[in-house]
Amino acid sequence: MTLVFAGACSHAPGITGRADRADKQVRDEFYANFDRLAAAIREAGAEALVVIAAEHFANFFRNNMPSCAIGMAEYYTGPIEDEEWLGIKKTRVPGNVDLSKRLIQRVMQDVDISFAEEMQFDHGVSVPLHFLTPEYDLDVVPIIFNCQAPPLMPLHRVYAFGQALRKAIDAVPEKIAVVCTGGISHWPATPDSGKINEDFDREFLEHFVSNDREALTSYSDSEIYDRAGQGGFEIRTYVALAGLCEGAQGELWFYAPIPIFAVGCTIASMGVEPVASSAPAGGS
Amino acid sequence: MSLYYVEKLIYQLNRDPSVRQRFLDDRDSVLADYDLSEEELVAIRSPDVGLLYVLGVNGQLLMHYAALCKYEWNDYIQAMKDGLEQHGPVRAGLYARTGGGAV
Repeated sequence: MTLVFAGACSHAPGITGRADRADKQVRDEFYANFDRLAAAIREAGAEALVVIAAEHFANFFRNNMPSCAIGMAEYYTGPIEDEEWLGIKKTRVPGNVDLSKRLIQRVMQDVDISFAEEMQFDHGVSVPLHFLTPEYDLDVVPIIFNCQAPPLMPLHRVYAFGQALRKAIDAVPEKIAVVCTGGISHWPATPDSGKINEDFDREFLEHFVSNDREALTSYSDSEIYDRAGQGGFEIRTYVALAGLCEGAQGELWFYAPIPIFAVGCTIASMGVEPVASSAPAGGS
Repeated sequence: MSLYYVEKLIYQLNRDPSVRQRFLDDRDSVLADYDLSEEELVAIRSPDVGLLYVLGVNGQLLMHYAALCKYEWNDYIQAMKDGLEQHGPVRAGLYARTGGGAV
């Protein structure tokens, strides 16, 4: 078993870009849990970090939009956003072509994906890395889901992707940590920015930490749009991580709506081994 | 019908410094590469973030573009509200106003 850690975090650009406008006490508690997540990755001995993230048109447009793409580059650049606006300097992040290739080849045995030998990061990856590997000293393998331009990958296929990724990670000798990063309910980049459906978030997070495959994959995109906004499509990243850790259970470390960050800010871990009393959900 | 090309142009401006530079140096030659209506040309040339929002430009694209145009956060949110006042509801896409914003 070479999956050594799995976790989840938010990535909204306000987390770094509008840091001084949030309630300081809540913000600092959130940041402290980012630090805890970073420490857990290090303490697990991770030699590479897989980031399951959401595309925000940093790489792909609708002339050629992959449902899911895995990076296979020597390095990645970003963020694409204005540095001052995001509060993160543009940089190069190390990749690992050989590791990416081995993961991609194994994932392809089970599910269809795309790969990219060139990729830029936007806030969706840059904000998590800002906290998790601030020195950019850990090889990163980015996995980008289309959460912006429907039709989107159905959730049961996202879960299956996570299962395929697990087989791939367990087939390589390197110690791998995986972090998924997405918003749950949110209406970013609209005049409703700051609107958060906390009831939906807590319901979804309960399904997530209990790794309830049936519940996690039962949401339709129309239900997500109505209850969680277009930002809610990013739950794909959490569902993929649940598939990666099928049968395991998670722990919610932090959740709080922070409206100026435009999202319910979340930090969680997910067990990497199935719990003894829990048969894999979904009957397969 | 040409919203697709408005968004494609903004996508390329956001992510490609060479397109940005060409746009700064000779805007019309860049715009000539895209199939755009007069209203869309006005929205991009201004730039009018409120009108671009109402036209239905994807919110992530527009948020990054507003940042590129040095819109301060509150001004960007206000520009979208002003766009709704001046031009009516969002005409396409996923980023229509649903009410309840907290910031």
